[in-house]
Amino acid sequence: MIEYDINKLIQLGSQVVERALAKGADVAEVGVSEGTHLSVKVRMGEPELVEEAGSKSLGLRVMRGQQVAVTLTSDLTEAGLARFVDDALELAQLAQPDPFAGPPKPELLSKASEHADLQLFDAAVNDIDAAQAIEMAKRVEKAALGYDKRITNSEGANVSRQAGASVLVTSGGFRGGVRGTYTSISMHPVADDADGKKRSGYYWSARRFANELESPEEVGLEAARRTLDKLGSRKLATQEVAVIFDPDAGRSILGLLASCINGGAICRKSSYLLEREGQAVASPLVTIIDDPLIVRGPGSRPFDGEGLISRRNTVVEAGILKTFILDTYSAKKLGKQSTGNASRGSGGGVGPATTNLILQPGKQSAKALLDSTERAFYVTDMMGFGFNAVTGDFSRGASGFWIERGQRVYPVSEVTISLNLDDILKRIDAVADDLDLRTSICTPTFRVSAMTVAGR
Amino acid sequence: MTNTSRYHAPFGPAGTEPVDADIARTLLQTALSRGGNYADLFFEYNVAGSYSLEEGILKAAGRSVSQGLGVRVMKGDATGYAYVQDLTPAAMQRAALTAAQIAAGGGAPLPKTFEVPSLSTRYAAQYLSLDVTGETKRELLLRADRAARQADSRIARVEASLHEELREIVLATSTGKLVHDRQPMVRFSVRVIAESNGKRQSGSSGGGGRMGLEYFDQRSPEWHAQEAVRHAIAMLDARESPAGELEVVLAPGDSGVLLHEAVGHGLEADFNRKGTSNYTGRVGQRVASDLCTVVDDATQFGSRGTIHVDDEGNLPERAVLIENGLLSGYMHDQHSAEHFKVKPTGNGRRESFQSHPMPRMTNTWLLAGPHGPEEIIKSVKRGIYARKFGGGQVDISNGDFVFSLTESYLIEDGKLTAPLKGVNLIGNGPDVMSKVSMLGADFETSDGVWTCGKDGQSVPVGVGCPTIKISSMTVGGTQMG
Repeated sequence: MIEYDINKLIQLGSQVVERALAKGADVAEVGVSEGTHLSVKVRMGEPELVEEAGSKSLGLRVMRGQQVAVTLTSDLTEAGLARFVDDALELAQLAQPDPFAGPPKPELLSKASEHADLQLFDAAVNDIDAAQAIEMAKRVEKAALGYDKRITNSEGANVSRQAGASVLVTSGGFRGGVRGTYTSISMHPVADDADGKKRSGYYWSARRFANELESPEEVGLEAARRTLDKLGSRKLATQEVAVIFDPDAGRSILGLLASCINGGAICRKSSYLLEREGQAVASPLVTIIDDPLIVRGPGSRPFDGEGLISRRNTVVEAGILKTFILDTYSAKKLGKQSTGNASRGSGGGVGPATTNLILQPGKQSAKALLDSTERAFYVTDMMGFGFNAVTGDFSRGASGFWIERGQRVYPVSEVTISLNLDDILKRIDAVADDLDLRTSICTPTFRVSAMTVAGR
Repeated sequence: MTNTSRYHAPFGPAGTEPVDADIARTLLQTALSRGGNYADLFFEYNVAGSYSLEEGILKAAGRSVSQGLGVRVMKGDATGYAYVQDLTPAAMQRAALTAAQIAAGGGAPLPKTFEVPSLSTRYAAQYLSLDVTGETKRELLLRADRAARQADSRIARVEASLHEELREIVLATSTGKLVHDRQPMVRFSVRVIAESNGKRQSGSSGGGGRMGLEYFDQRSPEWHAQEAVRHAIAMLDARESPAGELEVVLAPGDSGVLLHEAVGHGLEADFNRKGTSNYTGRVGQRVASDLCTVVDDATQFGSRGTIHVDDEGNLPERAVLIENGLLSGYMHDQHSAEHFKVKPTGNGRRESFQSHPMPRMTNTWLLAGPHGPEEIIKSVKRGIYARKFGGGQVDISNGDFVFSLTESYLIEDGKLTAPLKGVNLIGNGPDVMSKVSMLGADFETSDGVWTCGKDGQSVPVGVGCPTIKISSMTVGGTQMG
């Protein structure tokens, strides 16, 4: 039923661009996306949920002079689209002229022939059906529940796949599209702890290509191990101590930085990194690259949300902030060039966003990093929203392990870790080599020399 | 219901193709054709508008329309779910058939007639914000901008935004319910940045509810602008927050976020049906200090979490969750209510037609206690007073939760002294609730800004509470000792 036919979507996009221009828009940009999704959950051996659907939506940004409106609709009937375009133009008239508004220069737009084949679509993922997905989920859960008798319950095993296509058509002359897939397996076992508390753990694998996923058994066993590892968790005493972030926790830290190098945040003065370009913002061990051109990468794409060619940007090089992440608008406002990072958001709006943002791996293994650690809090999970982008102040709930002389001594929960993000990045004194590109923001294991841990 | 609005769901009673009993029965028949024992159809039309002001001008205006049908089929504990955006008969039939696949054998009977329950009036959708001219809404934002700039010369930036929404639903169930509701919403927010002596801080204020622009009769754009300015200016002098276990006093209103995380989620009955919550099997037991009575109340007029009917067709009332510290019951959707053999509490909610319902909170209140707020602060030797909040999160299995403070003060010898930098509090639900040692008589509901996330689904909720004293809680600051 859903063909992910890029040419058909481009045709629809072109019609809406033409219609908007005919109604008086000076600039019209249309993004159309279409996709299917399947998600199953198996709990205690039985299928609990099978969810399957297709969706299609169209986003439009119009400009009348320098007045801007953004609209999004899933009503693609003829009458629905006619009213949608009228609404967009009426809204643009309500907006007030913004001197920095405008489309990218036509000569900057990329051509389809320049778009790299990044291998983002796997037909095998698209073909996974509900019966297969349930079978996989059963294997995941069976492996986890069978691992140890202390695993007594489960929030379930999930298997999901999504597939789709999206295109962009602009009145400046850009036409392009891309197809993609993504599939994931996850497991969430629950164990009974000695104090009557329950402990839940989690493990997952995700990839664009089905044959690159970890096996259901591997995911189930690792989830079980992680859950058991949490039994007997205790609080730490309040202290200043080294903190090691595993790749899941590390990703959250890099995600906070992503919000602060975003050109939109810089324009809004909502980043502690304002006016810090060219300065040291992290330890010399830290190099961070935003790379949309990684073959099969989760955040990869051949062109950006305004039609500019994708390019690799070094954001932080050996601790020095080299560039912010910019789209046409934020670049113009800051007196710079777009870095090719425009992204079309869920509401149809356009703003800068990272693609595959990666803390470059170091040379030592994660084990060697641990071995070289005298005492540390090793963080595997974080909770809450305690971050102020304007000041960089950071304080979040955390759990993980207490480390002495490279060994896990006991699991830790119900503590917080705090330090300004600027200091966290500057105090990174070791980076491991265990990078696993599961998500579009990604780090290896790394260590921060000292943070405040609050507990007992 | 009104016929004056420009915005009507095509499938609603005032729409171009209203869903009637015949259409509903035909689709339900397909949904149950493979042997499901329950099915429902959830038609949803959601139109939203957004207006955002920055640097003194309305920078961008936006609108989105989303509509579709979600078909759910249940067989025992298993759920099949499919949705479509295309509301043509053929596409709807395909969705019903996809959802039907979950079941094999058996089959529930179809309803002969549909009962249309009469709904209370807990919000009025006569005067939708969406139907008001854009210029009127632009002026509200400009008023906030002017007021913020006038309030203090250290204000370097002002952002204001207005979000408006209409959600219209029609729900038909194989048990014979046919329900229609129109649910309005507005949300207004102001965010400012203050700069002084090389320091930069932000402040914010927001509110709204299930209503139209009459919201501004209670709280003006100027009020929110001044509140955001007050917050930002106060934070300019913020110092490092202490680290470790301290006495904590929470301001009334938004502090209800603590309740939402500490006990609310753990009392959603899906976790208890599965036995994965630390409140499983504890009805009748003590789970909080005897000062605490907690209710989930969907009835408060115009509140952000208020609903006439849940997303499964059940009618919610005020449900007592904890009474004088003893656990009295859970929040149920249809599925968990059947499992526990109790009446559904009307807490079955879903983000949209693209998602299946789960037990969710509506407006969760911790009711007033006996103490005066000044008396509570005076009782603290050294602690933290929490005034504004950034949100929280809970680990259901063990009850550990966090919530972050965006405005707080040190309490020294019974007095508020220095403002503190943003900080997280962490605790364990039942443990913290047992340490509620004083409770104010000053109950307040939060102004409508909160959104709750669970399993990737967001729904609007309300929170409310009086001044709360917790005798000891871990404060995640950076200052040792």
